[in-house]
Amino acid sequence: MTRDLLRFATAGSVDDGKSTLVGRLLYDTKSVLADQIEAVQRASVDKGLSTPDLSLLVDGLRAEREQGITIDVAYRYFGTPKREFVLADTPGHVQYTRNTVTGASTAELAVLLVDARNGVVEQTRRHAAVLALLRVPRLVLAINKIDLVDYDEGVARAIEKDFDELARTLGFASDAVVTIPVSALAGDNVVERSERTPWYEGPTLLGHLESVPVTGPEVAAPFRMPVQYVIRPRKDELHDYRGYAGQVAAGTVAPGDEVVVLPGGARTTVAAVRTADGPLDSAAAGRSVTVLLDDDIDISRGDVLASAAEPPRVTDELDATLCWLAEKPLRPGARLLLKHGTRVTQVIVGAVGERLSLDSDVPLWEPAPEQLGINDIAHASLRTADPLPVDEYADIRATGSFLLIDPPTGNTLAAGLVGTPLAVAR
Amino acid sequence: MTATLPIAPASALDALDALESEAIHIFREVAGEFDRPVILFSGGKDSTLLVHLAVKAFAPAPVPFPLLHVDTGHNYPEVIDFRDRLVERLGLRLEVAHVQDWIDDGRLVERPDGTRNPLQTVPLLDTINEHRFDAVFGGGRRDEERARAKERIMSLRDSFGRWDPRKQRPELWNLYNGRHAPGEHVRVFPISNWTELDVWRYIQREGIELPSIYYAHQREVFRRDGMWLAEGPWGGPRGDEALVKKSVRYRTVGDGSCTGAVESTATTLDEVIAEVTASRLTERGATRADDRLSEAAMEDRKREGYF
Repeated sequence: MTRDLLRFATAGSVDDGKSTLVGRLLYDTKSVLADQIEAVQRASVDKGLSTPDLSLLVDGLRAEREQGITIDVAYRYFGTPKREFVLADTPGHVQYTRNTVTGASTAELAVLLVDARNGVVEQTRRHAAVLALLRVPRLVLAINKIDLVDYDEGVARAIEKDFDELARTLGFASDAVVTIPVSALAGDNVVERSERTPWYEGPTLLGHLESVPVTGPEVAAPFRMPVQYVIRPRKDELHDYRGYAGQVAAGTVAPGDEVVVLPGGARTTVAAVRTADGPLDSAAAGRSVTVLLDDDIDISRGDVLASAAEPPRVTDELDATLCWLAEKPLRPGARLLLKHGTRVTQVIVGAVGERLSLDSDVPLWEPAPEQLGINDIAHASLRTADPLPVDEYADIRATGSFLLIDPPTGNTLAAGLVGTPLAVAR
Repeated sequence: MTATLPIAPASALDALDALESEAIHIFREVAGEFDRPVILFSGGKDSTLLVHLAVKAFAPAPVPFPLLHVDTGHNYPEVIDFRDRLVERLGLRLEVAHVQDWIDDGRLVERPDGTRNPLQTVPLLDTINEHRFDAVFGGGRRDEERARAKERIMSLRDSFGRWDPRKQRPELWNLYNGRHAPGEHVRVFPISNWTELDVWRYIQREGIELPSIYYAHQREVFRRDGMWLAEGPWGGPRGDEALVKKSVRYRTVGDGSCTGAVESTATTLDEVIAEVTASRLTERGATRADDRLSEAAMEDRKREGYF
């Protein structure tokens, strides 16, 4: 039995029912077991509620239960006979950008909730822009609380039309977005088809999640693999063994492929692709492997093995988009650390360019602010101490992404995307 | 101006291969970035799985980390026997922190209920300090418990070993940030994204040996708080708790005082998987008394430095 894995994220504003939707998905797929349900029932009775509050299934921290809000991203797991799911359940609260970026960075699909009574609101536009920026390949617009607008088709169609316009502006292809009217509270069209929306002919949310093609992590792109670790057994019978361990970040690799080692630039041929279970004919993006090469070249952690025919650009000057995630503001001239693939290097932030304004109906790039604050998204130029082999984030997520790290505290300050992955009006 | 987002062709990795590759990636990141990592090992299925994945991550070279067992002294003999055979077979180094040593010299006091599960935290943190371990692998899974669902794959602990769920670093793409100051360390959870069923399916696929108590066997047990507990040096059974012989197996391995057995006739992996699939109780709800202490028992223990 082989089933694949879909990693997806939720997004949406506070009180639009994300936790309830996630609770409903878990509950109706029977992924919640009796002791967990009993705990929720007990806690619901304690709170004076007459029906179990499904959001209590997922709000795991003491402070979250006390305040009735979700504070931090949590990960949930469920499976059906067709597929396994990893769900990044993100809070919609004030720290929207930070949490949406965290959840969306590994997601192959995002479920964006809107409240049917309110339609597309400012927060929807912010979240959609961040999901587009992060290049989440597929989107579901879940029009929640459809029961509260009497299952009205006109309301749903109007919201769908509004959102479609926004999605087009942000660069989502029309077949990448699916709109589903749901009621997380009543269970309509989440796992079970609703008879109260006869005008809706599409799949249930779960049906869609089960059947949407899993977007492999850039299998079609040219080969990239950051070297994590050099495996040298130092045993007599394996005296000359030198394996380069890493996870294929993009494309595929096979014996006989010509590769280039970057940033150095040496070229060689792949002699073998191995795992602990033996040699492979080829390995695609996502797989952890050990690569053996024909020539004895000096290669260490931080180097990138790449397709010799289509290599990444090697540069120490980056134009990038930063999602600033920390309380501590970014000032031009800051000296920070940058983690790209398996390499950590020093970086100096040059000029901060335009900032993405999410306050109007469509996202706009506006003139540079003096410094970046938490949740700001802006262009910046960076100079790195070591040259880095990079791709545009829009082309390859894995080699186009990096972290900025605060040297004294070690905290992660920013998510970095090489280039300008969100092509919207200036 | 608009651009079209690309939709790439489907990846060929099935769910277990994807989880295995992710775990191997995490092991190799830690080997590349830390000086003194250690794998927490209890002899249970999750930590046995961790060791198996570590072996695969570095083959044909040896695993570059030792193991650390925090031994409550309330063990199942089958588990200790299994631990020692595993270490011997794989040529690993094993450190053992005996909770009893901390009780003997007065650093810890035995609890009235006899359970030593919460007492593991201090020996764990003392041993991490003593050996200057900077990365500590654990077999925790986010599906086990609501507080664990909030845990990062690489999770910073301050110099007191504490977890602060409100100050977690965002975890982006698969770029793990393990930076820490001297005295701090990082807990690493390579199987965060696995479920109990994933673990069992993988154990079956890879033919991983487990302690025999995971399979149904005859054992003298008694009933307390709705759980079947085995007799042991921790003071059970008491009073009118009567020992009866039952066919049971364990879903988790922990301190004997608070780890319950489930009634079962599953003696093979197929039967265990069928039983886990059909079970209406989580493994912790079914067999861990310490998680029942309060609504936030796990969160509170994790904040103190428990894994």
